[in-house]
Amino acid sequence: MASPSQAAASARDVGAAAPTSRRRAAAPPTRGKRRLTATVAAYVLVLPAALFYIAFVISPIVRTAQYSLYEWDGISPATWAGLANYVQVFANPTLVGSILNSFELILYFSVVPVILGLFAANVIRGIATSRLATVARTVLFLPQVIPLVAAGIMWTWQLSTKGVVNQFLELVGLGAVARAWLGDTQTALPAVGVIGAWVQLGLCLLLLLAGMTKIDPALYEAARIDGAGPVREFFSITLPSVRQELAVCVTITVISALASFDIIYISTQGGPANSTLVPGLQIYYLAFFQRDIGTASALAMVLMVLVLLVVIPLQRVLRGRDA
Amino acid sequence: MIVSARETWLGRALLVVLMLVTVLPFVSLFVTALHEPGTYPGGLSWPEDPHWENFVLAFQSADMFQLLWSSVLIELGVVPFAVLIATLAGFALGHLAPRGGRIVFIVFLLGLTLPFEGIIVPLYYQMRDLGLLNTRWAIILPLVGLFMPFAVTWMRAHFVNMPQDISEAARVDGATTWQLFWRIHVPLSLPALSSLAILLFLWTWNQFLLAVVLVDDPAKRTMAGALGAFQGQWGTDIPLLCAGSLLILTPTLIVFLVFQRQFVAALLQGSLKG
Repeated sequence: MASPSQAAASARDVGAAAPTSRRRAAAPPTRGKRRLTATVAAYVLVLPAALFYIAFVISPIVRTAQYSLYEWDGISPATWAGLANYVQVFANPTLVGSILNSFELILYFSVVPVILGLFAANVIRGIATSRLATVARTVLFLPQVIPLVAAGIMWTWQLSTKGVVNQFLELVGLGAVARAWLGDTQTALPAVGVIGAWVQLGLCLLLLLAGMTKIDPALYEAARIDGAGPVREFFSITLPSVRQELAVCVTITVISALASFDIIYISTQGGPANSTLVPGLQIYYLAFFQRDIGTASALAMVLMVLVLLVVIPLQRVLRGRDA
Repeated sequence: MIVSARETWLGRALLVVLMLVTVLPFVSLFVTALHEPGTYPGGLSWPEDPHWENFVLAFQSADMFQLLWSSVLIELGVVPFAVLIATLAGFALGHLAPRGGRIVFIVFLLGLTLPFEGIIVPLYYQMRDLGLLNTRWAIILPLVGLFMPFAVTWMRAHFVNMPQDISEAARVDGATTWQLFWRIHVPLSLPALSSLAILLFLWTWNQFLLAVVLVDDPAKRTMAGALGAFQGQWGTDIPLLCAGSLLILTPTLIVFLVFQRQFVAALLQGSLKG
C-alpha cells in the first residue's frame, strides 16, 4: 500500500506550507479526546470475538499448562506433581512412540501429497485450457470436502482383506502380498498414511496451481528457446516461483500429520499394538479412559509446542512473500 | 507454449491415474452399499440384484432426519454468530486500527495453528462445570472461540485493504462508527463474508473431536460425529455402513459442487493469508 507516501509526495509537489495529512488537518483542538473515544469504540467492537477467544482458547491453554503439573484423576483432589508428567511423556515408550509415529506420518500426510501435487499442478499448468485440467482440479479436490471420518470409513473398507486394494493386487499377480493392511503392525502406519495422502493431495494441488498460474509464460518460452528440457524447466522456473505456496502446503499438511485424530480413531484406534498411536489419540485415551489428566495435559503441551516448532521456521519462508 | 507430445501424454496419464485413485473409494463405497445387508462382499463388485433399499434402511436406522436437524442447529449456532463477531473485530483491527491493535491481532494469530487436541481436556471440564456437557452448546460455544483466530485474521486482511477514503467520506456526512460499519462496510464486504461463512460451515459440519468428546448422544452431534457413532453401531454390517456413510457425505459434496468456485477461492485465499 503506497497511498500515504503518495499523498506526501503530492503535497510536496504543490509546495504546500503545511504538508499535513488530511486527517490531521481536520482534527480540532479536542483531538486527543476524540482519538481516545475512537480507540475505545474500536475495542468495543473487538470485545465479543476476544471474549470467545479468551474463554475457549486462551484460558484452556493456560489450564492445560496448569493440569500438566498435577496428578489428577478428574474427580478426587489434585496433587502437585511438578514436572513428573513431562518426564513420563519422554520416558514412557508408548508416549514417545506416539510422538515418533506422528513424525513418520509427516512423510505420508505432507511429503507425498506435496510431491504429487507439484507434478499434477505442473501437468495441469501445461494443459490449463483443456477440459481434463478443469475436471482434474475438481475431482482431486473432492477428498478435502468430505469429513475425515468418511475418508477413514471408505479406506478401512478398501484396505480390508476383501477390499479393492487386495483385489487389485491379485489382478496384477501380486496376490501374495495381499493382507489386512490396517491390521498388520508392519503396514498399519503406512496404510493410515495413504488415507492422509489421499485427503491432502487436492489442497496441495490447488495451492501450488494458484502459485504456478502467476508465473509469466514468457519465462517458459525463453527457457525452451535456450534448450531447457522439462526437468530443467521445472527445477529452474516452476519450483522457485512457488516457494511461498509450497511453504503454506507444508505448514498445513505437517500440522494435520502431527495433530491427526479423526482418520486414526476411525480406521485403527491406534492399533495394532500401538503401531498407529498418535499424540492426539493418546491424549484422548489418557484423559477420558485412563483418567490421567496430568499426563494427558503434559502430552497436550508437548504437542502444541511441537506444532509451533515446526510452524515458526516455515513462517519465515512465508514472510518473504510480503517483502 | 512449446510442449512436446510425449510430455503431454505422460502428464495426462499421470493425472488420469491420480483421478482414478481419488474416485475409486467413492465408487467402492457405492457398489458395496448395494449389496445384501449383513453380507461381506468383495471390494469392487456389482451385486447381482442391487439393494437400493439399503439407502432407505440406513436413512431410517441412523435417524438421518434427526442427525441433519442437529447439524443444522449447530451450524446456525456457530456460523452466523462467528462471522458477525469476527467481522466486527476484523473491521476494528483492520480499518479503525486503534492504538495497540497490532498486539491484539498478534494474540489472535497465535491461535491459528493450535491443534484442537491441545485444549480438549480443559474444554471438557469447562463444559461440565457449566452444565453443558451433552448439549449442542458444548460444541457451539468452543467452536466459535476456536474459529476466531482464522476468522478475525481473514476479516482483518479484508478490511486492511479497504480504502480509508470511503470511511472519511461517510464521516464527513456524519456517520457514526456503527453506521459506517453496517451501511458502508458490510455491504462492500459480502464476498469476503460469504467465503468465510462457507469455510466455517464446512469445518463445523466435519468437526469430529469436539463432537465425540463433549457430546455422547449422536443425535446431538455434528454430522461427522454422528458418522463416527454410526460406524460403532453398524461396523459389522458393511453394506449398511457404506450406505450410511454415503448419505452423510453427500450434503457436503452437494454444497461443494454448487459453490465450487467461491469455495476453492476461499480456501486458497484463506490458506495463503493464514
